[in-house]
Amino acid sequence: MKRLLSTLALAGVFGLSAAGAQAAKLDQVKSKGFIQCGVSQGLPGFSTPDDKGNWTGLDVDFCRAVAAAIFDDPTKVKFTPLSAKDRFTALQSGDIDILSRNTTWTITRDTSLGLNFTGVTYYDGQGFMIRKDKKVNSALELSGASVCTQTGTTTEQNLADYFRANNMTYEVIAFATNDEVVKAYDAGRCDVLTTDRSGLAGERLKLTNPDDHIVLPEVISKEPLGPVVSHGDDQWFDIVKWVLFAQLNAEELGVSSKNLDEQAKSANPEIKRLLGSEGKFGEGMGLTNDWGYRIIKHVGNYAEMYDRNVGPDTPLKLARGTNALWNKGGLQYGMPIR
Amino acid sequence: MTFAIDDHTFVRQELHTPLPPPRRNIGVLGWMRENLFSSILNTLLTLFGLLLVVLILPPLVRFLILDAVWTGDNREACLAPGTGACWPFVKAKFGQFIYGFYPIDQRWRVNIVFALGAALLVPLLIPSIGQKRLNALLFFGAYPIVAFILLTGGNIDASAFLFQHFGLFSGLAGASVAGVKLAFWLDFLLTAGLVTGLGAVIGAALGDARGVARIVASVFLGLGIITLLWDIDFGLQPVETRQWGGLLVTLVIGVTGIVTSLPLGILLALGRRSKMPIVRLLCIIFIEFWRGVPLITVLFFATYMLPLFLPAGANPDGLLRALVGVALFTAAYMAEVVRGGLQAIPKGQYEGAMAMGLTWSQMMRLIILPQALTLVIPGIVNSFISLFKDTTLVLIVSIFDFLGQLRAAFTDPNWASPVTLYTGFAFAGIVYFIFCFGMSRYSMFVERRLNTSHRH
Repeated sequence: MKRLLSTLALAGVFGLSAAGAQAAKLDQVKSKGFIQCGVSQGLPGFSTPDDKGNWTGLDVDFCRAVAAAIFDDPTKVKFTPLSAKDRFTALQSGDIDILSRNTTWTITRDTSLGLNFTGVTYYDGQGFMIRKDKKVNSALELSGASVCTQTGTTTEQNLADYFRANNMTYEVIAFATNDEVVKAYDAGRCDVLTTDRSGLAGERLKLTNPDDHIVLPEVISKEPLGPVVSHGDDQWFDIVKWVLFAQLNAEELGVSSKNLDEQAKSANPEIKRLLGSEGKFGEGMGLTNDWGYRIIKHVGNYAEMYDRNVGPDTPLKLARGTNALWNKGGLQYGMPIR
Repeated sequence: MTFAIDDHTFVRQELHTPLPPPRRNIGVLGWMRENLFSSILNTLLTLFGLLLVVLILPPLVRFLILDAVWTGDNREACLAPGTGACWPFVKAKFGQFIYGFYPIDQRWRVNIVFALGAALLVPLLIPSIGQKRLNALLFFGAYPIVAFILLTGGNIDASAFLFQHFGLFSGLAGASVAGVKLAFWLDFLLTAGLVTGLGAVIGAALGDARGVARIVASVFLGLGIITLLWDIDFGLQPVETRQWGGLLVTLVIGVTGIVTSLPLGILLALGRRSKMPIVRLLCIIFIEFWRGVPLITVLFFATYMLPLFLPAGANPDGLLRALVGVALFTAAYMAEVVRGGLQAIPKGQYEGAMAMGLTWSQMMRLIILPQALTLVIPGIVNSFISLFKDTTLVLIVSIFDFLGQLRAAFTDPNWASPVTLYTGFAFAGIVYFIFCFGMSRYSMFVERRLNTSHRH
């Protein structure tokens, strides 16, 4: 509102024509020719620059998928690496179009910050890592343990909640940055390391003897991570939402970037609708009808995106777990395209 | 009566050659006695120092050189237990540390900027090389313009100056030559002409129509030349500042901050000591405001809050916003350093200068400032060094300087290993040390040359 007011005020002063002060996001994006995507400043598997300086990761690939749907070109996206502090400000000020930065979907963020979560790209949860030689098999045996964690995160609060709920005592050893936390744990300053389970997989790589440590089975918090857009543009919200659903549906239907051209000839009506040879679903969002085809061609389906960035063949080696499709025991569920 | 001179009296003609000092006072032994073991306290301190060296140096050498890994393609190379520094990590990320996300095929432009900067700066710093005036003009005048064109690609697409906002020249909207829009320049010339005329009118009221008009016209001429150069399409691929990073950003911010903060600081310091109440008040407000807020707040405000207040179209570049913030922030500190120097100049110098009939600006330029600035060289260099290291704070506004690029590289799972962190920080430490130590040594050299310590 402030922005609108100041725009109008200045426009009045300078006699500018304030045409379309709030043009539709999709039109804005199309006219500037790229998507501005907020990612994290570095999180293994989610957004991190590779040796050539290209951003890679699950969060990054999702933005590329949106770019592919709009422009048929996954490179038409620019990344703004954001810290946890300023990610929402950047979105609210219009500095970025999508925030795809391992952001947990919570009621506060969804309702009071003027934001919309479009879906869940990764179901995460807080877990514990401990040395094997401590002979602990469950988080419920951790009473009296010293726990290394990062300050000022929800991790610390989840930890307190969990131990209090189970009547256990613990000692927190907190550090400002993740790197310090790992070094402290590796040096034996605490018994347990806690953070999101995807984070644990990344931290494990930095340990002196990764095989001496296990991740306990308990998940003590729900951390559904997903892309975020700002309030006020439902069309843009729809597009970002359905890009993920298209990728999930593609995996479910067995359509991948490798077999795309065979599948395009398939008689299966669901595949036809996904790839745009039947129906006018793309146009309904202001895109072309082959929007689904474009996403799969350039970025791939959800499984491809997952395996490329965090899957078993990457150093992170994260099993699908809760991120498997709904019909394979997981939670990922693509709404039907029809 | 005659005096017989005893010819045999011995009078020595030359001085006796002094005996050599006792052996324990010369050579290595003597030096050590004098400098290392002259008292019990010094002996203890020496032993303590030796202990530190023995404790620190061997592990450091072992980590950085002897046990270090020198070749490899990914983290596997650095995983063996007991390995030292993982240099292939630095090698793989070296381009990013220097250039950030600058497109790889365009990095030659950054190299030219670096080389040009060094070629102009080095002769400027060595007193025995002549042509200082020309050299300074090139470094402070031409170099920033050329560097801007090379780094960003130029072709700033200047489209609307003043009257175009009111719909003038809209018929020429599409006309352009080599990326230069005709309408903009017609507008520019018209505005320049009008403002110069206005200046002449005001000047006439003040009694010097021609002088004022000339000043106004030359300001427009300077602005016009710079804008024109930046506006021409040289065919360079545009590279947004968002893609800059690494040492490039550190140097751009550091050098810009250093170069702009000193003159600004001098002006502010003079303003604060001025006898004109409004000027003094404004300078005090400015200095105290910028000294009163942390740099992080300044950067955050400039980056995320400013767009909320500006109209939708007017969105200055992110790096530019950070640059302005850093420059103003440092200028406030610089002003106080310079003011310290000004206050140290005895009153007699001012009175002497005034007695000779010098104007205020002559007095400042010829008598006061040269003395005041040489007095505060340590303070100025202190500010420069701290500015250079503070540039790292731009990471919080999503600009990846050298250290930011390093931290991003730590998160690459392909290079995650127990030693990656130490290697990266060791490398960063070495790079920062080279720059800061260089600055401090040079300032000591300048001080010795100007002999500011009033030793006799």
